[in-house]
Amino acid sequence: MSSESMSAFEIADAVRTGVISARTVVSRALERIASQEGELHCFNIVTREEALASADAIDAKVSRGEDPGPLAGVPVALKDNLCTRGIPTTCSSKILEGWLPPYDATVVERLRAAGAISVGKTNLDEFAMGSSTENSAFGPTKNPWDHSRVPGGSSGGSAATVAAGYVPLSLGSDTGGSIRQPASFCGVVGVKPTYGLVSRYGLIAFASSLDQIGPFATTVADSALMLESILGHDPRDSTSLDKVPTSIVSALSLGVSGLRVGVISDFLVDADDTVVDAVRGAAVALSSAGAKVDEVAIPELMNGLAAYYLIAPAEASSNLSRYDGVRYGLRVDGPDVASMNARTRALGFGSEVKRRIMLGTYVLSAGYYDAYYTQAQRVRTLVARAFNRAYEQFDVLIGPTTPSVAFGFGQKTEDPLAMYLSDLFTIPSNLAGHPAMSVPFALGEHGLPIGVQVFAPALGEPVMFQVANAIEAAQQERSRGPVGVSESRRS
Amino acid sequence: MAAEFTPEEVTYVATLARLQLSEDEVQHYAQQLSAVLGHIDAIRALDLAGVPPTSHSFDLVNVLREDIVEPGVDRDEVLRAAPLAESGRFRVPPILGEAP
Repeated sequence: MSSESMSAFEIADAVRTGVISARTVVSRALERIASQEGELHCFNIVTREEALASADAIDAKVSRGEDPGPLAGVPVALKDNLCTRGIPTTCSSKILEGWLPPYDATVVERLRAAGAISVGKTNLDEFAMGSSTENSAFGPTKNPWDHSRVPGGSSGGSAATVAAGYVPLSLGSDTGGSIRQPASFCGVVGVKPTYGLVSRYGLIAFASSLDQIGPFATTVADSALMLESILGHDPRDSTSLDKVPTSIVSALSLGVSGLRVGVISDFLVDADDTVVDAVRGAAVALSSAGAKVDEVAIPELMNGLAAYYLIAPAEASSNLSRYDGVRYGLRVDGPDVASMNARTRALGFGSEVKRRIMLGTYVLSAGYYDAYYTQAQRVRTLVARAFNRAYEQFDVLIGPTTPSVAFGFGQKTEDPLAMYLSDLFTIPSNLAGHPAMSVPFALGEHGLPIGVQVFAPALGEPVMFQVANAIEAAQQERSRGPVGVSESRRS
Repeated sequence: MAAEFTPEEVTYVATLARLQLSEDEVQHYAQQLSAVLGHIDAIRALDLAGVPPTSHSFDLVNVLREDIVEPGVDRDEVLRAAPLAESGRFRVPPILGEAP
């Protein structure tokens, strides 16, 4: 079996038992990257030497008889907004070019402790603002399924690196759909955990009340394994929760018999036909597996988008004030501090980041604060209450992840609003702080993948994965995989 | 209060946000931000009297931990990553316009 077709579970098992060396696994991942990366551009940096050294360290542990961890020798990719000590961390922005973080993010430490091996930092929309990776200062990532289309975003590089078969696991961040939307576009599993389940220490902040780190994987089981390795309280992140479910993998085999599943009907109105068909197909599959499935209207969720585009830019405008040419990366000189700040930010930030900083500054400014910002926070309450009301009737909810399959490059870059609308179905979970995940289920227009989204109440990860696993088991046949990825891996 | 982002407002907001913009950018952003604001504006019409605002998903208040002395981030490593540093500090241009 080649390591390309092996799941993270299989790799870790083979490495721990000495069937294959971590060096072999990592070398093969690096070869796959080298063969396709010139075309796809998933990475901002590939850390070849560090990865091989880490692999040797894992192999040494195995030969000494020590436990190398549940992700032993598994190559992983990290979104380039996660701090890695001494390794460039850019957020795909010119303003952080050349900056070397003086510490590791908690998730980076935890993955390392679990035996995983980082092979590099993946491309994203600048500061995670966008839905296509076209906002990267270093050029877009291509969708492995169709190189003329976007991989989604903002975690497009992390989604594409898994879809292309480079690595079985990667990490992204999700503020309004930035894990789930690219997962759907690239035909992989993407998980946004409950707000507070995973420490954000070392995640470069975009909108702090919404940001959450989560896994990408080829299978639901692998994503559960990765999530288990990174979750849990961290004293360095005051928003990280104390009492959380720790066993997610064990929930996978529980089945869905008797579970109450609600299909969010409001989301079916604004989705393409093939996307609606996929959601209905998943509903039928869950019903056949013994779940009680019904449609449920939650119209309050449709106000989420407007609230999000007030709250997220407001928080971003505050968080990004730290990039002022003083402490990190770029500086453009000026005669005084204020002009140095303004020139540095003018050159360092791309246009989407500037748009959001201005929108955020506007809605927080005197005269608009209550009309927009406070009102958006009230809508946020409505969205959370509406979800919780639905969860009185249902154990989980399902719906589409995105309104359409992956779109083409340049299709939405001149119309920010059209781009924002691709996050319509993912945003409400961020506003409520609830978990949600996208599971590849069918192929739609142009043979492109469609993800079905599973929603659960706060800290309802076990039941969410239970249902996601059943959806995956019923996955409709894939007629083909991404360009250049062997059929065997997909079957 | 119309749902429009005028070029004057763009200029004002850019000043607050310390962003230097060209005249072309001002016009471009005014048009794009007006479109976004036009969509978002519907939110103002919702009757939400009595609905409390949510700033954070969970009611976490005064999260405390033991006050244990641990090594912090290395100062020199932080300063090495800065554009300009001197004598253990970040160096910036004059703040008040006096001669350097």
